[in-house]
Amino acid sequence: MTGFLTLLKRDLALAAREGAALGTALGFYLVVVAMLPLGLGPDLKLLSRIAPGVLWIALLLAALLSLPRMLEADHEDGSLEVMVTAPLPLELAIAAKALAHWISTGIPLTLMAPVLGLMLNLDIALTPMLVATMLVGTPAISFLGSIGAALTLKSRRGGLLLALLVLPLYIPTLIFGISAIGFASLGQDGASASLLILTAISLASIAAGPFAAAAAVRLQMS
Amino acid sequence: MFLHADNLTVERGARPVISALSFTAKAGEALLLVGPNGAGKTTLIRTLAGFIRPSSGAVALKGDSGDRDVAQCCHYVGHLTGVKANLTVTQNLAFWGAYLAEDASGRDRLASRVEDALETFGLSRLSDFPAGLLSAGQKRRLGLARLCVATRPIWLLDEPTVSLDTASTELLSRLIKTHVSGGGIVIAATHLPLGLDEPTVLRLGANPASSGPEARA
Repeated sequence: MTGFLTLLKRDLALAAREGAALGTALGFYLVVVAMLPLGLGPDLKLLSRIAPGVLWIALLLAALLSLPRMLEADHEDGSLEVMVTAPLPLELAIAAKALAHWISTGIPLTLMAPVLGLMLNLDIALTPMLVATMLVGTPAISFLGSIGAALTLKSRRGGLLLALLVLPLYIPTLIFGISAIGFASLGQDGASASLLILTAISLASIAAGPFAAAAAVRLQMS
Repeated sequence: MFLHADNLTVERGARPVISALSFTAKAGEALLLVGPNGAGKTTLIRTLAGFIRPSSGAVALKGDSGDRDVAQCCHYVGHLTGVKANLTVTQNLAFWGAYLAEDASGRDRLASRVEDALETFGLSRLSDFPAGLLSAGQKRRLGLARLCVATRPIWLLDEPTVSLDTASTELLSRLIKTHVSGGGIVIAATHLPLGLDEPTVLRLGANPASSGPEARA
């Protein structure tokens, strides 16, 4: 367990020191959401209706930007090879890296969403639900993303391939994230059910993602 | 403890690189893998470390290793150094020391062991330097310093002397001697004799399909 925390701490320190990945993700999120009203025109009703969907999809794309670096940097400098021979199982090492990705990317993006919601005239009453869905939904982005990051480890410019592999896996997260906000906006029951399913999806990806990613890394090593 | 490779055949891209190779490395033995480029030295080391699965044959660890496999008992030092450019020299080494430690006793006095290792490899003067600013040889020394901060019975070294100067190469061979005399196993792919007294030499042929590797004690 100490190895897990050691790796988590190192990855967070590196993310803080490099900073560029988070800056790019937050900047991309801001630019995409800011450009949308320019494309759609200043129809406030339309904007507030599509705001949750836009915020969620832009968040998925922004998080996707920093996924390739999750394992690539360690592969390039040989750290990953040493990790394969370490006492900590590779599955847990990848879980630590995915967790670090969630803390350094998922949480900041989630915290930025309410601010961007204002730009899209999102109903203030819906903001807590928006943040709640993103907070429980974003771990799935990091942990499912680790599978894609592992599979595209050796392909140069694997970013696009990674997007093709991983984005379809995010569909359930997107559907239940949006449906929870939808139920809440109509004042209907069902928001909590969607939120629970969203949590279940995240927990399942936390449980399964590292195993699939570790298998992919071992394959790439040979 | 001894490491035994039994009838090992490894294919790379459907071409056998190592065919029907058997050897044993006992505790307290240094095994040097020599052979021309492309003879399969790196392939063999990566197979021993468990990165490559042999197409037939097996690598086994026997003796007092419990049920651990080679990967869990070895230090693997490959062509890459495992050094993070954005961390300082000390942070790099302290991370590997903590990460590779098997239990709490491995983490005791980690800071002082890191200091000693840096001292040994002549890097103490640079301890607060970002590792990205080091020269190739200094990075390689920092990568090798990992051998000193975590205890592992088997060292798998793939061309460990690349970009090292004469003094550092001598230092490395002293470390290998100490490790071997303490009952460790060292398997190193190298073009240099490393100044070891009586290393076992395993010659890998350039064309294993026709000549077959010849083991020589």
